[in-house]
Amino acid sequence: MNIDSIRNGFVIDHIPAGLGMRLYQLLGLDTLDCSVALIRNVGSKKLGKKDIIKIDAAIAINFDLIGYVSPDVTVNIIRDGQLVEKKAIALPKEITGVIRCKNPRCITSTEQELAHRFKLTDPEQHIYRCIYCETKASYDE
Amino acid sequence: MRNLIDIKDLSTEEIEELIAVAEDMIANPKKYAEICHGKKLATLFFEPSTRTRLSFEAAMYELGGNVLSVSSAGSSSAAKGESVADTAKTVSCYADIIAMRHPKEGAPLVASMNSTIPVINAGDGGHNHPTQTLADLLTIWREKGRLENLTVGFCGDLKFGRTVHSLISALSRYSGIKIVLISPEELKLPSYIQKDVLAANGIEFHQTTDLLEVMPQLDILYMTRVQRERFFNEEDYLRLKDSYILTPDKLKTAKADLSILHPLPRVNEIAVAIDEDPRACYFKQVLNGKYVRMALILKLLKEAGTL
Repeated sequence: MNIDSIRNGFVIDHIPAGLGMRLYQLLGLDTLDCSVALIRNVGSKKLGKKDIIKIDAAIAINFDLIGYVSPDVTVNIIRDGQLVEKKAIALPKEITGVIRCKNPRCITSTEQELAHRFKLTDPEQHIYRCIYCETKASYDE
Repeated sequence: MRNLIDIKDLSTEEIEELIAVAEDMIANPKKYAEICHGKKLATLFFEPSTRTRLSFEAAMYELGGNVLSVSSAGSSSAAKGESVADTAKTVSCYADIIAMRHPKEGAPLVASMNSTIPVINAGDGGHNHPTQTLADLLTIWREKGRLENLTVGFCGDLKFGRTVHSLISALSRYSGIKIVLISPEELKLPSYIQKDVLAANGIEFHQTTDLLEVMPQLDILYMTRVQRERFFNEEDYLRLKDSYILTPDKLKTAKADLSILHPLPRVNEIAVAIDEDPRACYFKQVLNGKYVRMALILKLLKEAGTL
Protein backbone atom coordinates (compact mmCIF):
# COMPACT_ATOMS: atom_id res chain seq x y z
CA MET A 1 0.00 0.00 0.00
CA ASN A 2 1.56 3.29 -1.08
CA ILE A 3 0.60 6.59 0.44
CA ASP A 4 2.32 9.79 -0.61
CA SER A 5 4.61 11.37 1.96
CA ILE A 6 3.51 14.54 3.65
CA ARG A 7 4.93 18.05 2.96
CA ASN A 8 3.26 19.98 5.77
CA GLY A 9 1.05 18.25 8.26
CA PHE A 10 0.84 15.50 10.85
CA VAL A 11 1.21 11.79 11.27
CA ILE A 12 -0.74 10.47 14.21
CA ASP A 13 0.98 7.22 15.02
CA HIS A 14 0.61 4.36 17.50
CA ILE A 15 -3.17 4.64 17.65
CA PRO A 16 -4.46 1.39 19.15
CA ALA A 17 -6.08 -0.64 16.37
CA GLY A 18 -9.77 0.18 16.09
CA LEU A 19 -9.56 3.71 17.51
CA GLY A 20 -8.39 5.35 14.30
CA MET A 21 -11.85 5.84 12.82
CA ARG A 22 -13.16 7.27 16.08
CA LEU A 23 -10.30 9.76 16.25
CA TYR A 24 -10.81 10.59 12.57
CA GLN A 25 -14.43 11.48 13.25
CA LEU A 26 -13.84 13.35 16.52
CA LEU A 27 -11.09 15.47 14.95
CA GLY A 28 -13.50 16.32 12.13
CA LEU A 29 -11.05 15.09 9.49
CA ASP A 30 -13.94 14.11 7.22
CA THR A 31 -14.61 17.82 6.67
CA LEU A 32 -11.09 18.66 5.39
CA ASP A 33 -10.27 19.34 1.73
CA CYS A 34 -6.65 18.17 2.01
CA SER A 35 -5.35 14.61 1.67
CA VAL A 36 -6.09 12.55 4.75
CA ALA A 37 -5.22 8.88 5.12
CA LEU A 38 -6.56 6.53 7.75
CA ILE A 39 -4.60 3.31 7.72
CA ARG A 40 -5.99 0.53 9.85
CA ASN A 41 -4.46 -2.61 11.34
CA VAL A 42 -0.86 -1.83 10.45
CA GLY A 43 1.65 -4.28 11.94
CA SER A 44 3.39 -2.88 15.03
CA LYS A 45 6.20 -4.33 17.20
CA LYS A 46 4.86 -2.43 20.21
CA LEU A 47 1.10 -2.86 19.81
CA GLY A 48 0.77 -5.88 17.53
CA LYS A 49 -1.61 -3.87 15.34
CA LYS A 50 -2.08 -0.13 15.18
CA ASP A 51 -3.90 2.56 13.23
CA ILE A 52 -2.20 5.58 11.65
CA ILE A 53 -3.67 8.87 10.43
CA LYS A 54 -1.81 11.12 8.00
CA ILE A 55 -3.01 14.67 7.40
CA ASP A 56 -1.37 16.68 4.63
CA ALA A 57 -2.16 20.18 5.95
CA ALA A 58 -0.88 22.25 8.88
CA ILE A 59 -4.30 22.47 10.49
CA ALA A 60 -4.99 23.26 14.15
CA ILE A 61 -5.00 19.94 15.97
CA ASN A 62 -6.79 19.44 19.29
CA PHE A 63 -4.09 17.52 21.19
CA ASP A 64 -6.31 17.30 24.31
CA LEU A 65 -8.89 15.42 22.28
CA ILE A 66 -6.25 13.01 20.99
CA GLY A 67 -4.95 12.52 24.55
CA TYR A 68 -8.48 11.86 25.81
CA VAL A 69 -9.20 9.22 23.16
CA SER A 70 -5.78 7.59 23.26
CA PRO A 71 -3.02 8.95 25.49
CA ASP A 72 -0.29 6.69 24.12
CA VAL A 73 -0.21 7.98 20.55
CA THR A 74 2.60 10.07 19.10
CA VAL A 75 2.05 12.96 16.74
CA ASN A 76 4.81 13.60 14.22
CA ILE A 77 4.78 17.18 13.01
CA ILE A 78 6.04 17.53 9.43
CA ARG A 79 7.15 20.82 7.88
CA ASP A 80 8.65 21.13 4.37
CA GLY A 81 8.83 17.38 4.18
CA GLN A 82 10.94 17.09 7.35
CA LEU A 83 10.04 15.71 10.77
CA VAL A 84 10.33 18.76 13.06
CA GLU A 85 8.77 17.39 16.24
CA LYS A 86 7.76 14.04 17.65
CA LYS A 87 5.11 14.94 20.19
CA ALA A 88 4.24 12.43 22.90
CA ILE A 89 0.62 12.81 23.92
CA ALA A 90 -0.38 12.41 27.56
CA LEU A 91 -3.73 12.12 29.25
CA PRO A 92 -4.78 15.78 29.66
CA LYS A 93 -5.57 16.89 33.23
CA GLU A 94 -8.54 18.89 32.01
CA ILE A 95 -10.42 18.94 28.73
CA THR A 96 -12.63 21.75 27.52
CA GLY A 97 -15.12 21.57 24.66
CA VAL A 98 -14.19 17.99 23.73
CA ILE A 99 -17.05 16.08 25.29
CA ARG A 100 -20.43 17.19 26.59
CA CYS A 101 -21.95 16.54 30.00
CA LYS A 102 -25.05 14.40 29.58
CA ASN A 103 -26.46 14.94 33.08
CA PRO A 104 -29.81 16.70 32.58
CA ARG A 105 -29.44 18.18 36.08
CA CYS A 106 -26.09 19.82 35.27
CA ILE A 107 -25.93 23.61 34.89
CA THR A 108 -24.42 23.07 31.43
CA SER A 109 -27.77 21.62 30.30
CA THR A 110 -29.46 25.01 30.57
CA GLU A 111 -26.64 27.54 30.20
CA GLN A 112 -25.74 27.10 26.56
CA GLU A 113 -22.75 29.47 26.63
CA LEU A 114 -20.99 27.54 29.38
CA ALA A 115 -17.96 25.54 28.24
CA HIS A 116 -18.20 21.82 28.96
CA ARG A 117 -15.14 21.11 31.11
CA PHE A 118 -14.01 17.78 32.49
CA LYS A 119 -11.16 17.01 34.86
CA LEU A 120 -9.17 13.83 35.12
CA THR A 121 -10.10 12.23 38.44
CA ASP A 122 -8.66 8.75 37.98
CA PRO A 123 -5.66 8.52 35.61
CA GLU A 124 -5.42 4.74 36.00
CA GLN A 125 -8.98 4.12 34.95
CA HIS A 126 -8.99 7.03 32.49
CA ILE A 127 -11.98 8.64 34.21
CA TYR A 128 -13.01 12.23 33.63
CA ARG A 129 -15.72 14.04 35.56
CA CYS A 130 -17.65 17.20 34.77
CA ILE A 131 -16.21 20.03 36.88
CA TYR A 132 -19.73 21.32 37.61
CA CYS A 133 -21.73 18.22 38.56
CA GLU A 134 -19.01 15.51 38.81
CA THR A 135 -20.84 13.24 36.38
CA LYS A 136 -18.50 10.73 34.78
CA ALA A 137 -17.78 11.25 31.11
CA SER A 138 -18.86 8.37 28.99
CA TYR A 139 -16.04 7.05 26.84
CA ASP A 140 -18.51 6.48 24.04
CA GLU A 141 -19.23 10.19 23.69
CA MET B 1 -11.51 34.59 46.40
CA ARG B 2 -12.36 31.95 48.95
CA ASN B 3 -15.70 30.18 48.42
CA LEU B 4 -17.44 27.13 49.84
CA ILE B 5 -18.78 25.02 46.99
CA ASP B 6 -17.92 21.52 48.18
CA ILE B 7 -17.21 20.37 51.74
CA LYS B 8 -13.78 19.22 50.49
CA ASP B 9 -12.92 22.91 49.93
CA LEU B 10 -12.37 22.98 53.70
CA SER B 11 -9.50 21.14 55.35
CA THR B 12 -10.20 19.15 58.51
CA GLU B 13 -8.31 21.87 60.43
CA GLU B 14 -10.63 24.52 59.00
CA ILE B 15 -13.69 22.44 59.90
CA GLU B 16 -12.39 22.16 63.46
CA GLU B 17 -11.78 25.92 63.48
CA LEU B 18 -15.39 26.55 62.33
CA ILE B 19 -16.69 24.19 65.01
CA ALA B 20 -14.64 26.01 67.65
CA VAL B 21 -15.90 29.43 66.51
CA ALA B 22 -19.50 28.15 66.40
CA GLU B 23 -19.12 26.82 69.96
CA ASP B 24 -17.81 30.22 71.04
CA MET B 25 -20.77 31.92 69.34
CA ILE B 26 -23.16 29.67 71.26
CA ALA B 27 -21.38 30.48 74.54
CA ASN B 28 -20.80 34.21 73.89
CA PRO B 29 -23.41 35.54 71.44
CA LYS B 30 -22.88 39.19 72.46
CA LYS B 31 -19.26 39.07 71.36
CA TYR B 32 -20.41 38.55 67.76
CA ALA B 33 -23.63 40.62 67.74
CA GLU B 34 -22.22 43.54 65.74
CA ILE B 35 -19.21 41.96 64.06
CA CYS B 36 -20.73 42.15 60.54
CA HIS B 37 -22.31 45.57 60.98
CA GLY B 38 -22.75 47.22 57.57
CA LYS B 39 -22.15 44.01 55.63
CA LYS B 40 -24.71 42.42 53.33
CA LEU B 41 -25.46 38.78 52.60
CA ALA B 42 -27.34 38.08 49.34
CA THR B 43 -29.42 34.92 49.56
CA LEU B 44 -30.11 33.77 46.00
CA PHE B 45 -32.51 30.87 46.24
CA PHE B 46 -33.67 29.60 42.86
CA GLU B 47 -35.28 26.51 44.37
CA PRO B 48 -37.84 26.32 47.20
CA SER B 49 -36.27 26.35 50.65
CA THR B 50 -37.45 27.50 54.02
CA ARG B 51 -34.96 26.43 56.61
CA THR B 52 -31.69 26.92 54.78
CA ARG B 53 -32.60 30.40 53.59
CA LEU B 54 -33.94 31.40 57.00
CA SER B 55 -30.88 29.88 58.64
CA PHE B 56 -28.52 31.97 56.49
CA GLU B 57 -30.59 35.09 57.04
CA ALA B 58 -30.86 34.55 60.79
CA ALA B 59 -27.10 33.89 60.88
CA MET B 60 -26.33 37.21 59.15
CA TYR B 61 -28.73 39.16 61.36
CA GLU B 62 -27.18 37.63 64.49
CA LEU B 63 -23.80 38.86 63.26
CA GLY B 64 -25.25 42.38 62.98
CA GLY B 65 -25.33 42.34 59.17
CA ASN B 66 -28.09 42.79 56.62
CA VAL B 67 -29.68 40.54 54.01
CA LEU B 68 -30.71 40.98 50.37
CA SER B 69 -32.94 38.16 49.26
CA VAL B 70 -34.17 36.42 46.13
CA SER B 71 -36.46 33.62 47.18
CA SER B 72 -37.56 32.08 43.89
CA ALA B 73 -36.40 31.89 40.31
CA GLY B 74 -39.72 33.39 39.19
CA SER B 75 -39.08 36.67 41.01
CA SER B 76 -35.56 37.21 39.66
CA SER B 77 -33.88 38.00 36.36
CA ALA B 78 -33.31 34.25 35.94
CA ALA B 79 -36.95 34.13 34.81
CA LYS B 80 -35.97 36.49 31.98
CA GLY B 81 -33.18 34.17 30.96
CA GLU B 82 -30.24 35.77 32.78
CA SER B 83 -27.28 33.45 33.18
CA VAL B 84 -25.90 32.42 36.56
CA ALA B 85 -22.63 34.13 35.59
CA ASP B 86 -24.34 37.46 34.96
CA THR B 87 -26.40 37.16 38.13
CA ALA B 88 -23.20 36.61 40.14
CA LYS B 89 -21.44 39.58 38.54
CA THR B 90 -24.45 41.80 39.22
CA VAL B 91 -24.98 40.74 42.82
CA SER B 92 -21.25 41.23 43.49
CA CYS B 93 -21.93 44.95 43.02
CA TYR B 94 -24.54 45.01 45.79
CA ALA B 95 -23.52 42.54 48.47
CA ASP B 96 -20.44 41.33 50.39
CA ILE B 97 -21.17 37.59 50.27
CA ILE B 98 -23.59 35.29 48.41
CA ALA B 99 -25.42 32.16 49.56
CA MET B 100 -26.87 30.40 46.49
CA ARG B 101 -29.29 27.53 46.12
CA HIS B 102 -30.03 26.36 42.60
CA PRO B 103 -31.77 23.33 41.10
CA LYS B 104 -28.95 22.81 38.60
CA GLU B 105 -25.82 21.00 39.74
CA GLY B 106 -22.72 23.19 39.53
CA ALA B 107 -24.58 26.53 39.46
CA PRO B 108 -22.85 27.86 42.62
CA LEU B 109 -19.47 26.90 41.12
CA VAL B 110 -20.32 28.92 38.01
CA ALA B 111 -21.36 31.81 40.27
CA SER B 112 -18.05 31.61 42.18
CA MET B 113 -16.09 31.72 38.90
CA ASN B 114 -17.76 34.99 38.01
CA SER B 115 -18.25 36.67 41.36
CA THR B 116 -15.91 39.14 43.05
CA ILE B 117 -17.30 38.25 46.49
CA PRO B 118 -17.35 34.89 48.31
CA VAL B 119 -20.01 32.39 47.23
CA ILE B 120 -21.46 29.74 49.53
CA ASN B 121 -23.23 26.77 47.98
CA ALA B 122 -26.55 26.47 49.80
CA GLY B 123 -27.49 23.35 47.82
CA ASP B 124 -27.17 22.58 44.10
CA GLY B 125 -29.67 20.01 42.85
CA GLY B 126 -28.84 16.53 44.09
CA HIS B 127 -25.15 17.33 44.17
CA ASN B 128 -23.75 19.11 47.23
CA HIS B 129 -24.96 20.90 50.33
CA PRO B 130 -21.80 21.73 52.30
CA THR B 131 -23.34 23.98 54.98
CA GLN B 132 -25.77 21.22 55.92
CA THR B 133 -22.71 19.04 56.34
CA LEU B 134 -21.15 21.63 58.62
CA ALA B 135 -24.38 21.60 60.66
CA ASP B 136 -24.23 17.79 60.76
CA LEU B 137 -20.58 17.79 61.85
CA LEU B 138 -21.17 20.39 64.56
CA THR B 139 -24.11 18.30 65.82
CA ILE B 140 -22.05 15.12 65.87
CA TRP B 141 -19.25 16.99 67.63
CA ARG B 142 -21.60 18.44 70.26
CA GLU B 143 -23.36 15.11 70.85
CA LYS B 144 -20.36 12.79 70.77
CA GLY B 145 -17.39 15.04 71.52
CA ARG B 146 -15.51 13.60 68.56
CA LEU B 147 -15.62 13.10 64.81
CA GLU B 148 -13.52 9.93 64.84
CA ASN B 149 -14.29 6.33 65.79
CA LEU B 150 -17.98 6.36 64.99
CA THR B 151 -20.33 3.96 63.24
CA VAL B 152 -22.65 6.08 61.13
CA GLY B 153 -25.76 4.70 59.45
CA PHE B 154 -27.30 6.54 56.50
CA CYS B 155 -30.90 5.54 55.81
CA GLY B 156 -33.33 6.29 52.96
CA ASP B 157 -32.48 8.03 49.72
CA LEU B 158 -28.74 7.63 49.37
CA LYS B 159 -28.81 8.11 45.61
CA PHE B 160 -30.14 11.64 45.29
CA GLY B 161 -29.52 12.77 48.89
CA ARG B 162 -26.91 15.51 48.52
CA THR B 163 -26.58 15.87 52.30
CA VAL B 164 -25.63 12.20 52.47
CA HIS B 165 -22.96 12.56 49.77
CA SER B 166 -21.41 15.60 51.41
CA LEU B 167 -21.41 14.12 54.93
CA ILE B 168 -19.90 10.83 53.74
CA SER B 169 -17.21 12.81 51.94
CA ALA B 170 -16.47 14.84 55.08
CA LEU B 171 -16.44 11.86 57.46
CA SER B 172 -14.18 9.84 55.18
CA ARG B 173 -11.30 12.08 56.25
CA TYR B 174 -11.52 10.99 59.89
CA SER B 175 -10.08 7.84 61.39
CA GLY B 176 -12.07 4.92 62.74
CA ILE B 177 -15.23 5.77 60.77
CA LYS B 178 -17.51 2.91 59.76
CA ILE B 179 -20.36 3.63 57.35
CA VAL B 180 -23.56 1.60 57.11
CA LEU B 181 -25.67 2.30 54.03
CA ILE B 182 -29.37 1.42 54.43
CA SER B 183 -31.56 1.95 51.37
CA PRO B 184 -33.79 0.24 48.82
CA GLU B 185 -31.90 -1.10 45.79
CA GLU B 186 -33.10 1.79 43.60
CA LEU B 187 -31.78 4.45 45.96
CA LYS B 188 -28.34 3.04 46.78
CA LEU B 189 -25.33 5.29 47.16
CA PRO B 190 -23.87 5.95 43.68
CA SER B 191 -21.07 3.54 42.92
CA TYR B 192 -18.58 6.33 42.20
CA ILE B 193 -18.95 7.61 45.76
CA GLN B 194 -18.47 4.09 47.10
CA LYS B 195 -15.31 3.76 45.04
CA ASP B 196 -13.82 7.27 44.93
CA VAL B 197 -14.71 8.33 48.46
CA LEU B 198 -15.21 5.31 50.69
CA ALA B 199 -12.89 2.73 49.14
CA ALA B 200 -10.27 5.34 48.18
CA ASN B 201 -10.03 6.49 51.80
CA GLY B 202 -10.03 2.96 53.21
CA ILE B 203 -13.38 3.49 54.96
CA GLU B 204 -15.11 0.33 56.08
CA PHE B 205 -18.67 0.27 54.74
CA HIS B 206 -21.56 -2.11 54.54
CA GLN B 207 -24.74 -1.97 52.43
CA THR B 208 -28.06 -3.39 53.50
CA THR B 209 -31.77 -2.99 52.94
CA ASP B 210 -32.58 -3.92 56.56
CA LEU B 211 -32.50 -1.10 59.09
CA LEU B 212 -33.38 -3.32 62.07
CA GLU B 213 -30.49 -5.70 61.40
CA VAL B 214 -27.89 -2.95 61.77
CA MET B 215 -29.58 -0.73 64.36
CA PRO B 216 -27.62 -2.06 67.41
CA GLN B 217 -24.25 -1.11 65.86
CA LEU B 218 -25.01 2.53 65.17
CA ASP B 219 -23.64 5.56 67.04
CA ILE B 220 -25.31 7.93 64.57
CA LEU B 221 -28.42 7.29 62.47
CA TYR B 222 -28.76 9.79 59.65
CA MET B 223 -32.30 9.60 58.27
CA THR B 224 -33.26 11.15 54.94
CA ARG B 225 -36.41 11.98 53.05
CA VAL B 226 -37.16 10.47 49.66
CA GLN B 227 -37.36 13.72 47.70
CA ARG B 228 -40.18 14.05 45.19
CA GLU B 229 -38.32 16.83 43.33
CA ARG B 230 -35.41 14.50 42.45
CA PHE B 231 -37.60 12.06 40.51
CA PHE B 232 -38.51 12.44 36.85
CA ASN B 233 -41.14 9.74 37.31
CA GLU B 234 -43.96 10.14 39.87
CA GLU B 235 -44.60 6.38 39.95
CA ASP B 236 -41.07 5.68 41.17
CA TYR B 237 -41.43 8.33 43.86
CA LEU B 238 -44.71 6.88 45.15
CA ARG B 239 -43.29 3.36 45.17
CA LEU B 240 -40.21 4.31 47.20
CA LYS B 241 -41.29 7.17 49.45
CA ASP B 242 -42.32 5.03 52.42
CA SER B 243 -39.37 2.64 52.29
CA TYR B 244 -38.09 3.44 55.78
CA ILE B 245 -40.14 4.95 58.55
CA LEU B 246 -38.46 5.22 61.94
CA THR B 247 -40.81 4.40 64.80
CA PRO B 248 -40.21 3.96 68.57
CA ASP B 249 -40.48 0.18 68.07
CA LYS B 250 -37.56 0.15 65.66
CA LEU B 251 -35.39 1.94 68.22
CA LYS B 252 -35.75 -0.85 70.83
CA THR B 253 -32.42 -2.41 69.91
CA ALA B 254 -30.60 0.89 69.39
CA LYS B 255 -27.80 2.11 71.64
CA ALA B 256 -28.84 4.31 74.56
CA ASP B 257 -26.56 7.06 73.28
CA LEU B 258 -27.54 6.83 69.61
CA SER B 259 -27.91 10.24 67.95
CA ILE B 260 -30.66 10.50 65.32
CA LEU B 261 -30.00 13.15 62.72
CA HIS B 262 -32.10 14.32 59.79
CA PRO B 263 -31.41 17.27 57.49
CA LEU B 264 -35.16 18.11 57.50
CA PRO B 265 -37.78 18.73 56.31
CA ARG B 266 -39.22 15.36 57.20
CA VAL B 267 -42.39 14.03 55.68
CA ASN B 268 -43.18 10.82 57.53
CA GLU B 269 -39.83 9.02 57.74
CA ILE B 270 -39.45 9.76 61.45
CA ALA B 271 -42.58 9.25 63.55
CA VAL B 272 -43.48 12.37 65.55
CA ALA B 273 -43.40 10.21 68.72
CA ILE B 274 -39.60 10.03 68.39
CA ASP B 275 -39.29 13.81 68.83
CA GLU B 276 -39.58 13.29 72.59
CA ASP B 277 -36.81 10.68 72.64
CA PRO B 278 -33.58 12.18 74.00
CA ARG B 279 -31.74 10.53 71.10
CA ALA B 280 -33.54 12.76 68.57
CA CYS B 281 -31.10 15.50 67.54
CA TYR B 282 -32.66 16.91 64.37
CA PHE B 283 -34.01 20.11 65.87
CA LYS B 284 -30.68 20.70 67.63
CA GLN B 285 -29.16 20.24 64.18
CA VAL B 286 -31.27 23.14 62.87
CA LEU B 287 -29.95 25.43 65.60
CA ASN B 288 -26.40 24.22 65.10
CA GLY B 289 -26.81 25.00 61.40
CA LYS B 290 -27.39 28.65 62.15
CA TYR B 291 -24.30 28.90 64.37
CA VAL B 292 -22.00 27.13 61.95
CA ARG B 293 -23.26 29.34 59.08
CA MET B 294 -22.45 32.36 61.26
CA ALA B 295 -18.93 31.01 61.73
CA LEU B 296 -18.60 30.37 57.99
CA ILE B 297 -19.84 33.83 56.93
CA LEU B 298 -17.37 35.37 59.37
CA LYS B 299 -14.48 33.27 58.10
CA LEU B 300 -15.14 33.98 54.41
CA LEU B 301 -15.65 37.72 54.95
CA LYS B 302 -12.40 37.88 56.92
CA GLU B 303 -10.51 35.95 54.24
CA ALA B 304 -11.95 38.22 51.54
CA GLY B 305 -10.58 41.21 53.47
CA THR B 306 -14.10 42.61 53.90
CA LEU B 307 -13.87 42.54 57.70
